Amino acid sequence: MTKQVTAWLQAAPMAVVLLAFLVAPIIMIVIVSFWGATEYSIYPDFQFDNYAFLFGSPVTYTVFFNTFYYAGITWALTLVIGFTVAYFLAFEVRSLKWQIGLFLLCTIPFWTSNIIRMISWIPFLGRNGLTNSTLISWGIIDEPLEWLLFSDFSVILAFVHLYTLFMVVPIFNSMMRIDRSLIEAARDGGASGWQTLRHVIIPLCKPGIMIGTIFVTTLVMGDFITVRFMSGSQRANVGRLISNDISLLQYPSASATAVVLLVAVLIVIGLLLRLVDIRKEL
Amino acid sequence: MTKKTDLELVALTKRYGETVAVDSISHHFKSGVYACLLGPSGCGKSSTLRMIAGHEDASDGSIVLSGRDISYLPPAKRGTAMMFQNYALFPHLSVRDNVAFSLRMAGVDKTERQKRANEMLELVEMTALADRTPGQLSGGQQQRVALARALITRPQVLLLDEPLSALDPFLRIRMRAELKRLQRELGISFIHVTHGQDEALALADEIIVMNNAVIEQAGPARAVFNTPKTAFVARFMGGHNVLQMPQGHIALRLDDMQITARGAGKLDGRVMGIEYQGTHVALTAEVAGGQEVTALMPDHTFLETPKDLGDVVGFSWQDRAAHPVIA
Repeated sequence: MTKQVTAWLQAAPMAVVLLAFLVAPIIMIVIVSFWGATEYSIYPDFQFDNYAFLFGSPVTYTVFFNTFYYAGITWALTLVIGFTVAYFLAFEVRSLKWQIGLFLLCTIPFWTSNIIRMISWIPFLGRNGLTNSTLISWGIIDEPLEWLLFSDFSVILAFVHLYTLFMVVPIFNSMMRIDRSLIEAARDGGASGWQTLRHVIIPLCKPGIMIGTIFVTTLVMGDFITVRFMSGSQRANVGRLISNDISLLQYPSASATAVVLLVAVLIVIGLLLRLVDIRKEL
Repeated sequence: MTKKTDLELVALTKRYGETVAVDSISHHFKSGVYACLLGPSGCGKSSTLRMIAGHEDASDGSIVLSGRDISYLPPAKRGTAMMFQNYALFPHLSVRDNVAFSLRMAGVDKTERQKRANEMLELVEMTALADRTPGQLSGGQQQRVALARALITRPQVLLLDEPLSALDPFLRIRMRAELKRLQRELGISFIHVTHGQDEALALADEIIVMNNAVIEQAGPARAVFNTPKTAFVARFMGGHNVLQMPQGHIALRLDDMQITARGAGKLDGRVMGIEYQGTHVALTAEVAGGQEVTALMPDHTFLETPKDLGDVVGFSWQDRAAHPVIA
């Protein structure tokens, strides 16, 4: 057997899986997005009604705006928190044993399902929940805070809680590759702590920041369950729009929305990749 | 009297918990000297250098440069600059920006700092590669950039931490000539840490041999090589036999040993190894008491009376060549 045939055979299982479960479904979705639908049936067709309806509806724009809004704020918060945590792990914790220990500690929440972690916020944030009753008993507030639960606040809180680790891991990885003598060299050149951070550490963490950014934005933009649970079905993003269509068996409309969302996410990633070359990090 | 840019270490000590890395060493580096801190790994030479640079806090004692105590100043305020072992160039910056880094930190404006960086690059002959990043440079080129980066702060003392160890042997010899040239041109003190005695002998005006956290011997290169004070220095500098004789330990230069017929010399030994080194032949023998003795002789001398493994030969030397050392 020639080397080339062996190589093809080695790549085949993964290729088959990707073709069957990624490429084929996407092609299906694109095809179905041009189909037609009535209240009780869907039929194969090639027409632009679904897209025309989507782009004609003001709801679409609000919902897309919300999706980007959640993604943007979650990104900013996970970046700040993730960078800080990664910095602490990489530069403040001296021994490798502690670094590994604390890093594993960060992953413990992942032993529980996303949904359970999300729902556990509800008794904590509810009108008569832990936060409100504590604040009232301390006399800081008189009335329970209404915006704690079933609001943008709780949605973003849950997103940040769920996805910060996706920012910590790649940034930590980038930071661990930074030669410690570079920090000393910066100090030798008269750089203050902040200058070292700005001129040495952040530029060298860019690939990690970029990978974390891609993780967080794609996760948040594709999410529907967090928004539904944490907003008490009072907020919507694109994921919820699609899931609603599906529950009403409006597959062509759901497909059209999915295609537009996919294109939007790909554009975002394309723009991000233009900013930073992550290839050397992989 | 302390001159303008003399550097003085006073009872300098570094402790890591229980272990003492540097044990109360004192030394006076004269202005404009090329000094080598020489010793085996773990002898405290790097800790000493890092304390002078300010990357390690002194546990005790002080460091005095140009008459002012710099022991507690941050690295950039000391008047020293350090060149790191692996050069520690910033991989995301161009060569020019690397060199200009400290000026940028000090808030020097762009045109001025680029001008001065270009001057420095010219000094180390790297002008042509100023726009590359360090990853695109060879080891020797990276070293020149690291030198330029260290020198742009106009230090009074340049500290070099094993600067040649990352280079291949050929380049090492070329770069050490270059270091020496630069030091002479700039007239500032260089303190160079190394574990290679040949490097120290080739470069240094003054060699400071360290072992077990203390200075074993300090002095001009020739004095340290020729008149070692201790058996450790004699062995570490190489080129010596250290023999335990009834009157105490003596050091003998390998090339002061003469081979005689059996019984005709001061010692007899059985030949254990013969090594051809080009211009010389090194003949090693085991003498009574299990000590090893090596004689270095010109190859033609050896060829006139060739010896074989297992032969018993005599060794002799002139009494003035024997040099008493402390064990």
